Amino acid sequence: MSAHGKPYVREVSRYGWFFRSPRYLRYMAREVTCVFIGLHVLILIVALMRLSEGREAWDAYLANLGSPAGVALQMLMLAFAVYHSTSWFNVTPKAMPVQIGENFLPGVVIVGAHYAGWLVASVALLFLAGVF
Amino acid sequence: MSERIVELEVLRFNPETDSEPRFQRYSVPCMNEWVVLDALNHVKEAIDPTLSYRWSCHMAVCGSCGMMINGEPKLACKAFLREYEGVIRVEPLAHFPIQRDLVTVIDDFVTKLKRVKPYLIPKEGKLVEAGEFKQSPAELKRYKQYTLCINCMLCYAACPEYGLVPKFIGPAAISLAHRYNEDSRDGGREERQQEIASNEGVWECSFVGACSEVCPEHVDPAGALQQVKIKSTVDWYQEHLLPGSKK
Amino acid sequence: MAKSNKPIVWGLFAAGGTVTAFLTPALLLLTLLPAFGVMPALLSYDNLRGFAGHWFGKLVVFGILFLMLWHAAHRLRVTLHDFGVRADGLVAVAVYLAAATGTVATGYFLLRI
Repeated sequence: MSAHGKPYVREVSRYGWFFRSPRYLRYMAREVTCVFIGLHVLILIVALMRLSEGREAWDAYLANLGSPAGVALQMLMLAFAVYHSTSWFNVTPKAMPVQIGENFLPGVVIVGAHYAGWLVASVALLFLAGVF
Repeated sequence: MSERIVELEVLRFNPETDSEPRFQRYSVPCMNEWVVLDALNHVKEAIDPTLSYRWSCHMAVCGSCGMMINGEPKLACKAFLREYEGVIRVEPLAHFPIQRDLVTVIDDFVTKLKRVKPYLIPKEGKLVEAGEFKQSPAELKRYKQYTLCINCMLCYAACPEYGLVPKFIGPAAISLAHRYNEDSRDGGREERQQEIASNEGVWECSFVGACSEVCPEHVDPAGALQQVKIKSTVDWYQEHLLPGSKK
Repeated sequence: MAKSNKPIVWGLFAAGGTVTAFLTPALLLLTLLPAFGVMPALLSYDNLRGFAGHWFGKLVVFGILFLMLWHAAHRLRVTLHDFGVRADGLVAVAVYLAAATGTVATGYFLLRI
């Protein structure tokens, strides 16, 4: 290090650093999905509570979910949940590279497998729930 | 060969006379096919010889000329003028102290490189007479990607966690540890884990992924760090649930 | 440098994130459908009670909610740090306590069904 004068340390803003670039904003959007996932889990726990309280409580709960506010909230959670899913699946090749022989499976194969699995799981869930 | 005048807005800082950095504007006659480094060289040769910056190979293999160009960490030799319009803002690489002008103090990075023991630690000692370590093409390919790092530190400039938490060991150093961990000739993983499996090692990473986006050599440090996290997690459970078992 | 204990929560975060990624959108679709005139059979009181009343159903529901809770909690801890909140020790206790409370609540209500 130089003996001539002190180096200058640039302050890093603790708040709002993520406004400096679109890539940081996308990251924060992904991170913020946890708030809506958490909210959704809370709603599911309340569902369990109402279910345990009896038929009337459960029906009232379902009615609330179907109210305009309930629908709006669920759609908001759905949007963030989908962003969580896509951002999660898109990075799977980085976290789990698969080497077969000499070469690695192309990332698109690993991602594609996850999206396929997502489709299968979703269809299975809806089918088992009696949607179709 | 066509020319254009490029306006460069360059950060200047003289530690002997300045208390703060300032910006200096240069109007530089450039060839269209030039990179920012060419423009800086022209400034130094013909306009202002006091401008200081690091560079060497001019072909994106030495890792010397990393700097912030319009706020984005780039190698100045790989930042083509034709990709920019208007005034081009040139600053020293983010998250490092400024030594002088565009030259940063990189001691922190070098220290961290050393900490991760970036050299082969063979499982068993082997005399030269015993012959070379054999490695198949598949074993080589397993870690080859992580050997491509040119220590340019663009990933450290891009990583917001390094900016917020300077003691974070960082993308390049941890990727380099991973490179040796994945090398079939190596047996030093447990030694390196003492450093990179710490809170200021891989666990400071939140998988922003900016490091991989700016890496000029496509090393994908973000991928390396996630793989280290997964292996470290499996390790942790193995150590705590099955103590004494071999890894 | 001591090896971190973060793997405990990170493992749960990763597992929970995977479960959430695969299941949450479909779960939300399921509960949105009634508002659009489609009542899934599972959402009727009798059917759902039957599912959650069975030990296997309880296990499945508990496992899923447990993982989702800890995923959200850990990510929230990191997110708050990214938003500039520096009291990580305090934040960690708060979010994990919340997840633990949710876990206990889930178990409690499941046992009452």
